[in-house]
Amino acid sequence: MQLAKVIGDVVVTRKDENLTGVTLLVLQPIAADGSRIGRTLVAVDAVGAGVGEIVFFVRGKEASFPFHPTEVPADAGIVGIVDHWDLG
Amino acid sequence: MILARIVGTVVATRKDPRLVSNKLLIARPMDPHGKAEGSYLVAVDTVDAGVGETVLIVSGSSARMASGMKDCPVDAAIVGIIDTIDVAAGD
Repeated sequence: MQLAKVIGDVVVTRKDENLTGVTLLVLQPIAADGSRIGRTLVAVDAVGAGVGEIVFFVRGKEASFPFHPTEVPADAGIVGIVDHWDLG
Repeated sequence: MILARIVGTVVATRKDPRLVSNKLLIARPMDPHGKAEGSYLVAVDTVDAGVGETVLIVSGSSARMASGMKDCPVDAAIVGIIDTIDVAAGD
């Protein structure tokens, strides 16, 4: 999994039927120090995250697992909202 | 998934039989502000997108989960046509 900040949302009316009712959010991956790293991406949301929150997400087919048995066509999915994190 | 703008079409007569009757489009990935980034890619279209539209593309093995793509040799599928993108101020 990877840490990211939710920076926006996407509205899509015409879409794959298995994406119906699924929230799509724009993520900016971040490093452990909170700095931005890499390109932004769009992820499906399985936990009710919102803009401004720090989350962690999975990449690949696993992104659709929270929606089982619906086969949501997703390659990135938010699976947790971070309360806080510490570096040892 | 990534955001991309459709910039062209691909015609291929000789291809894998599982790609027959699927529309292929050329897409240019972009950031949420509309700035192009990365290299062009060919994606199979499952939502009847067209040139000039902004779309949502799913990549990798997940592309086969798009409607009608089961067991097809694809690694990028267009699964949505974007209406709006809202990005928080400062991001």
